[in-house]
Amino acid sequence: MLVHTALNRAEQVARHWAAAGCPVVIHADANVPRRVNRAFRKSLADVESVRFSGRHRCEWGTWGIVAATQEACELMLRDFPEVTHVYLASGSCMPLRPVQELRDYLAARPRTDFIESATTADVAWTVGGLDSERFTLRFPFSWKRHRRLFDRYVELQRRLGYKRRMPNGIVPHMGSQWWCLTRQTLSAILEDPERPTYDRYFQRVWIPDESYFQTLSRLWSRQIESRSLTLSKFDFQGKPHIFYDDHLQLLRRSDCFVARKIWPHANRLYRTFLTEEGEGRKTEPNPGKIDRIFSRAVERRTRGRPGLYMQSRWPNHGWENGTTCAPFAVFQGFAELFEDFEPWLAGQTGMRVHGHLYGPARAEFAGGQEIIAGAISDSAAIRDYNPRAFLTNLLWATRGEMQAFQYGPADNQHIRWDLARDGNARIAVISGAWALPLFRSNVNFSEIRAEAARLQKIEASFLDLLRATDTKARVHIWSMADFIEAPMEALQTTLSELGTRTTRRLSEAPTMSDLTGFGRFLQNLKNQGMHPHLMGDFPVSTDPQPGGARKAPKPYLVRK
Amino acid sequence: MGFAQSYRLRVQRKRWRIRAFRKRRELTRVADRTGQIRKRDILVFSTCRNEAIRLPYFLRYYRDMGVSHFLIVDNDSTDGTRDYLAGQEDVSLWTTAASYKRARFGVDWLNWLQLKHGHGHWTLTVDPDEFFIYPFCDTRPLPALTDWLDASSIKSFPAMLLDMYPKGRLDAQPYVAGQNPLEIAAWFDAGNYVISKNHLYGNLWIQGGPRMRMFFPDEPARAPALNKIPLVKWDRDYAWVSSTHTLLPRGLNLVYDEWGGEKASGILLHTKFLHTFGEKAAEELDRGQHYAASVEYRAYAETLKQDPELWCRWSEKYINWRQLEILGLMSKGNWA
Repeated sequence: MLVHTALNRAEQVARHWAAAGCPVVIHADANVPRRVNRAFRKSLADVESVRFSGRHRCEWGTWGIVAATQEACELMLRDFPEVTHVYLASGSCMPLRPVQELRDYLAARPRTDFIESATTADVAWTVGGLDSERFTLRFPFSWKRHRRLFDRYVELQRRLGYKRRMPNGIVPHMGSQWWCLTRQTLSAILEDPERPTYDRYFQRVWIPDESYFQTLSRLWSRQIESRSLTLSKFDFQGKPHIFYDDHLQLLRRSDCFVARKIWPHANRLYRTFLTEEGEGRKTEPNPGKIDRIFSRAVERRTRGRPGLYMQSRWPNHGWENGTTCAPFAVFQGFAELFEDFEPWLAGQTGMRVHGHLYGPARAEFAGGQEIIAGAISDSAAIRDYNPRAFLTNLLWATRGEMQAFQYGPADNQHIRWDLARDGNARIAVISGAWALPLFRSNVNFSEIRAEAARLQKIEASFLDLLRATDTKARVHIWSMADFIEAPMEALQTTLSELGTRTTRRLSEAPTMSDLTGFGRFLQNLKNQGMHPHLMGDFPVSTDPQPGGARKAPKPYLVRK
Repeated sequence: MGFAQSYRLRVQRKRWRIRAFRKRRELTRVADRTGQIRKRDILVFSTCRNEAIRLPYFLRYYRDMGVSHFLIVDNDSTDGTRDYLAGQEDVSLWTTAASYKRARFGVDWLNWLQLKHGHGHWTLTVDPDEFFIYPFCDTRPLPALTDWLDASSIKSFPAMLLDMYPKGRLDAQPYVAGQNPLEIAAWFDAGNYVISKNHLYGNLWIQGGPRMRMFFPDEPARAPALNKIPLVKWDRDYAWVSSTHTLLPRGLNLVYDEWGGEKASGILLHTKFLHTFGEKAAEELDRGQHYAASVEYRAYAETLKQDPELWCRWSEKYINWRQLEILGLMSKGNWA
């Protein structure tokens, strides 16, 4: 048992092992103050089968841990000849099942070495990019204390193409440092005449405690079971996950023999597991559920929740894993062309359909609400203070319900770039439809002309943006003339793109507003020297387009 | 960040520390029990003024969490705050009648106390109306978090201010000393926070919540900052720049992940909006000791005249930290 802190817990666990008839050899880190160590030894003086081995300095990633393990193992094999298996544990390891169950388990597999051992090419857990290089470079500097020297020296060796050779052609293996080896295998490793060669080599390997026994046991073991009997999970930085009181049920159901690391103040865990009576179960360890919890935690730490921006998640540009959390739809020109587009769309698709969220007066939430999910206010000032956060917040707060909103050149344009590069955005544009409100308005024609010129300019640049190669949104653009040529097909295309529950054919169409005189209106604009081009070609004649506007608008059906 | 910039920040940090050193003379010791502080204790630092009604629950909350000692500056209270605190066995108390504003809203005082007593400790800097919430706070004490932060080589831990408010009028349900204020102010805004980044100090600037929604609907830029970094493994070289929003060296402000992941974070439940608020706002406005010419308090006074209700149909009722985690206000990060 390797210990360096929380010695009272180490003592507790050592007593537990010893009481179950397992001799224990303890190595206390040389960093433990002498006074503390003396008290520790004294506290265990009454236990016959506990020994203390010579102390080494065990700095993470260095040879000291291996040296300490070797010496402790030699002591164990020498002093306790009845020992068949040696289990390497730490002071923060805790047996989860009665020791007798572990003894039975090992007795049933007398020749098996439980040691996780995989070649460097096959492991995915290494952190910091050092995997095979652990064995081919030299590491004389401490990673913890002299990080810069460590990194520079690694870099230098890479540049020079320096490579060490494996002694005697051994194949490096890595794995969890917590193993359980048979007396035969362990003594073969320790008594190997070539051991000084191996030791010298591994003294300059990076993190030798994860490779020394893992590699050498391959030379001697008759049967390697490549897994650790110790449940020990590592996070993405290579630090072990820690278990607390609230993990009690999880640990119990895992059926693992030993777990690490336990938080020293997890009183309930220590109380429970160190006093539990054995039932003599023969179940195999099954850490699946714990694995899932910890891999989810790592996932949260490394990938996060897409579309969420908060105090501890603020991705750099391009690192968002999706700028928003869910698909949403943007309609430009539809609400202008159809009289009842919003209720129609809501009825057809089940989406939450807002008005012009970025409208100049206020954010027009569905149903005319002043505040919506997430307590988001409809104040234009607040929205325009951070238009992007307004959208991401709205989508985050309404997760589970697809959102749609109207957009147009008269709205706040600071969001357009975010819309275009968002893979969740489904944007449908009827270009030129912004002219309809002007057409129907009661304003002097010179003002209409100026406004039309302004809106056309804005929409044209928006369309350019949508047609750019780096646009991620799914975009459909029709000119107004094209759209009213075959409105049902266009609507059908748009809605099927949304992926909502409208797979069937559209049965009901929204009511198109009256376009009588619109061609004339456009011609007037032209006559005033403004060139409205985004609508497509409208004839000047007052006759409505075929299939387009009618005097008395009413729903129509498409049969197919 | 160029060399010149980082040198400027270094000079600025030194300046705040010197200023803190000078301002130490404004503090008069009332009860100094700092001798009791042991090596691994977690310390709470706080300034307060006329908070006698809040203190009993405040102290109990943090004691239960695993805080061992409180170091508090009393800014000239008149309601018995001083006597109450001086009588607490785990509180060290200083008092001052000097200007809160000229001590940069108490920051200089805290910089000094933390320089002197905080070195090497995990320090939690909170006001008496702020209640710290962190992942697993219902099953794991605060030392579990700080041990994990130590093991992860993390030196600072963020907790955004979350404004809590009651349903109905602010003064409808009076608060009594010792009561959990969350019984009254149980509601919060779940998702209307906006963030931008301060490129000089590297911290995020978060605004929003009911204060922006109700008090600053037309001038959102003036809404108060909600980002805070209350839990820091203090070193005598550190300094608060402005309240507990910003620290120097700037690395301490990088409490967020920039590559798509989530770091662990907590929440400060801010129970400012109790029945005491109207009175307090009037008094603070009168004293004019608050940030930016007390613009915040002026807005409060203005809005309070109309007796507003902060609660709305979309307010969320507070349940526990898991709820805040799901809502995306805080995160477990990779702590599991």
